[in-house]
Amino acid sequence: MASTTTSDAGPLLARRPMKTQGRWSFLTTVDHKKIGIMYFWTTLVFFALGGFEAVFVRTQLMKAESTFMAEELYNQLFTMHGVTMVFLVVMPLSAAFFNYLLPLMIGARDVAFPRLNAFSYWVYLFGGIFLYSSFFLGGAPNGGWFGYAPLSTNIPGNNMAFYAMSLQILGISSLAASVNFIVTIVNMRAVGMTFMRMPVFVWMSLVVNFLLLFSLPIITVGLIMLQFDIALGTSFYQASAGGDPILWQHLFWLFGHPEVYILILPAMGIVSEVLPTFSKKPLFGYSFLVFAGAAIGFIGFGVWAHHMFTSAIGPVARASFGLSTMFIAVPTGIKIFNWVFTMIGGKIKFTTAMLFSVGFVAMFTIGGLSGVTHAIVPHDYQQTDTYWVVAHFHYVLFGGAMFGGVSGMYYWFPKVTGKLMNETLGRLHFWTWFIGFNLTFGPMHMSGLLGQPRRTAVLPAGLGDAVVLYNLLSTLGAFVLIVSSLIFLVNLIKSIKSGEPSGNDPWDARTLEWMTESPTPEVNFYEIPVVAHRDEFWHRKYAEDEAGVLRPVPAGASEDHDVDAAVATDEHADDGHGHIHMPDPSYWPLVMTAAFLPFGYAVIYKSAPLLLLAAVWMFAGFYGWIIEPLAAGDDD
Amino acid sequence: MRDPHLHPVPTAPRRRPVGRVVLLALLAFALAACSASAPQSVLDPQGPAAQQPDDLFRVVLLIALVVFLVVQGLIIYAVVKFRDNGDGELPKQVHGNTKMELVWTIVPALILAGISVPTIKAVFDLAEEPPGAMIVEVIGHSWWWEYRYPGLGPDGTDLITANEMVLPENTDITLKMTAEESGSTANAVIHAYWIPALAGKQDVVPGRITTINLQTSGPDVYMGQCTEYCGLSHANMRNYATVLSAADFDAWVELQGTPAAMPAEGSDAAEGARLFAQLRDVEGLGQRACVSCHAISGYVGPDGEVAGAGVGPDLTHLMDREMFAGAIFDLYETSDGWGTWTDEPNVEDLVKWVQNAPEMKAMRATGENALGMPNLGLTEQEARQIVAYLLTLK
Repeated sequence: MASTTTSDAGPLLARRPMKTQGRWSFLTTVDHKKIGIMYFWTTLVFFALGGFEAVFVRTQLMKAESTFMAEELYNQLFTMHGVTMVFLVVMPLSAAFFNYLLPLMIGARDVAFPRLNAFSYWVYLFGGIFLYSSFFLGGAPNGGWFGYAPLSTNIPGNNMAFYAMSLQILGISSLAASVNFIVTIVNMRAVGMTFMRMPVFVWMSLVVNFLLLFSLPIITVGLIMLQFDIALGTSFYQASAGGDPILWQHLFWLFGHPEVYILILPAMGIVSEVLPTFSKKPLFGYSFLVFAGAAIGFIGFGVWAHHMFTSAIGPVARASFGLSTMFIAVPTGIKIFNWVFTMIGGKIKFTTAMLFSVGFVAMFTIGGLSGVTHAIVPHDYQQTDTYWVVAHFHYVLFGGAMFGGVSGMYYWFPKVTGKLMNETLGRLHFWTWFIGFNLTFGPMHMSGLLGQPRRTAVLPAGLGDAVVLYNLLSTLGAFVLIVSSLIFLVNLIKSIKSGEPSGNDPWDARTLEWMTESPTPEVNFYEIPVVAHRDEFWHRKYAEDEAGVLRPVPAGASEDHDVDAAVATDEHADDGHGHIHMPDPSYWPLVMTAAFLPFGYAVIYKSAPLLLLAAVWMFAGFYGWIIEPLAAGDDD
Repeated sequence: MRDPHLHPVPTAPRRRPVGRVVLLALLAFALAACSASAPQSVLDPQGPAAQQPDDLFRVVLLIALVVFLVVQGLIIYAVVKFRDNGDGELPKQVHGNTKMELVWTIVPALILAGISVPTIKAVFDLAEEPPGAMIVEVIGHSWWWEYRYPGLGPDGTDLITANEMVLPENTDITLKMTAEESGSTANAVIHAYWIPALAGKQDVVPGRITTINLQTSGPDVYMGQCTEYCGLSHANMRNYATVLSAADFDAWVELQGTPAAMPAEGSDAAEGARLFAQLRDVEGLGQRACVSCHAISGYVGPDGEVAGAGVGPDLTHLMDREMFAGAIFDLYETSDGWGTWTDEPNVEDLVKWVQNAPEMKAMRATGENALGMPNLGLTEQEARQIVAYLLTLK
């Protein structure tokens, strides 16, 4: 950075923002923790929106032949529910955890590219705002979350143009973040933090970000062609002009199936941290879990056509994708057994975080088993596009990703705030959540097998009384989930305001993030720890003999771990004593990414002046970013 | 190592999550067993093309149930047996067990390998077109199904019908399917054809021909529905299949091949027949008439108009069917739920439909990429006259 000038003169924007405290500092922050917190709250808002959409959908299906809302609105709401929950809730919720935790868990002070990290967040926010603005601009996307062509290109209006554009914008966010996290994990681990000492959450994050890196370009290609078909009348997916509707399906699911693992693996990582902590035992079969996660990452790219078993593909493709789909169940099963055997033989403490993790294992198992039935290709011809599938993926994504995510929220809340969440409300949250979830999605297995197709605005009375009853149960369950979510919200706000102090290590935890203060200081670690073990922090607290029997170690006196000697050889050791260099805040990520709004509208409304404005804006932001000076006094 | 910040862990065992799930699942299956009438159920196969997948599914469901019980049982065991009892002792630190890992890697892999053999066999079995199978062409429109029976019409022409697929009993059938709008793929989208009692579903794709092979059993009527989201009125794109005895099927073919007769002069039906070709100008649509979209073989308009357009369903023998408008409305009153049609025509729904179809079923009948039947702005009297004519199309 020697060539960069330090400046405290010049026009305002040429200066570097200095504030790192207070509400306004969030606008310019590049601190991974603050960005993680912003991701979290934004995710929560979109979760509420996606939840309301779901409740409207369920209300329509509460009784047969309901006229609560018209087909058009229903179609928009179920599409937006799916798009929101996948792209604006579960993915960014993972990003919230990645942001806050990855640097802490590997013993780093920030991510590799802090400004790019802020860029990712702002692009996500603007992408979400852009997508939701469609409700006020003629109607939200209404072609289903996988936007099958040629339907998505034939629907009049801009509904699906918003879909194509906002998914491209959100893809930029995720792609930038994936590069950032991969580089962070590979390059910024503390001394001694070898790959096989990384917490499983870090491992799963690494796999997820590689999945993102490789799968996002595929859907981007598909989306650009879709955008061209919609906006410019090209014919990539138009059979009448020599295009191919099935091409979209291949491109979408080549992304879409890895996407499923992008959604679930972070939750698997969270559970792999929570279960050992509250069982007071190391994770059972660490290396098997890690390799199973990596295997899922690889096989996940080879199963996409199981979403297309009833599409226009032949028996050879159906058979081979059926096989690969069956075999991806193997690594998933490995994980489940390892989690269960982590608990067996332990001393389990049922905190709310633990309840949600145990709930994850139980519910995800159900989703996994119904998933195996999809690999029975001939029966998939029957069950696909029915509520059986809706039940399946909600057991995986709600019973899996959301249970895991909520577990993580309770687990790391003290890390972020230095306070404990209320356990009584937490239990109430868990049980209402658990009952509401099973009441909503359990009956869908049956309504699916009894012939109810998904994405239908009308529940025909002709499907029979049983189907109608199951739908009523599902709707009741959805209302229980609303109550449960409100309990969580109350608990969250109450605990932030007046939660009991947690101390630095409330759970007697195992990994590096709990070694520093809670809430985390801005520099993360005053002294970067040197790692000698998997579960480093645990090993600094307890010594384990040959037979696996533990005894507490007096602070700072581990017999097999000479901290002082290790620190002496550590180049960062001096950081603890003087000024710690942290990345400076920056205006430019926010300034630059705001240009995505005019850019998106310019493409949809085909406005050349607006496009020009967006291009100049973005270029100016890019330029400002490059020439941005260091903050004054930070030229060390 | 109890942490003072944590609330004390109650020692009394509470109800476990898994117990409730098992209960729920059992309850669900019990309820399903009681529900005799679920005409679109996949659990009630009525032909080999539906039976083969069902047999596989039941085996897999059984295996899944065993795995479910094992895993949930282990979870229950863990949370009951290994609760922190607060004695402050730390558990033995077990890091893993390679033998166990190998067991739960290899055993599931073997089970899956075992399942994969009949699965793949069934995939290829179902894909094989039986020699000499009767061909029915299925065309998906937004939002209704058209059927063509090649060579079964008079002089080797095609029989054309809609909404109801009629098949002979105990016969191999191959459905050859595609999606079109007004005879072109330009505005067509993907649908999926599904009558679960007869066979699994298959997408119907513009510009491609996909197939379903199935075999009928005895005479019956089966419910089905489009299962690939196809836009605005996807929920209202339903269908049904009627399987007839060999003799009845021959009679049906004979009837379908017969042109419709024009109604006697002076009747309401005759006035309806005139309107069929000569409606007033419809505001916003210009000169429109039923004949611009619907075909009726044997129709002769007042000025010699023919009804030959294939945009909407063919109406030649409309009243020989039981349902209309994408099989969402009954043409005949039912006595006891779906499928129990009487001889009493459902005149009121027909009148409402003819008068203002978009109010009965979501459609995008005007504007860009128009689909479906527009509001023709008819008076009730005109609608009743047209319906009187339609009722003659037996």
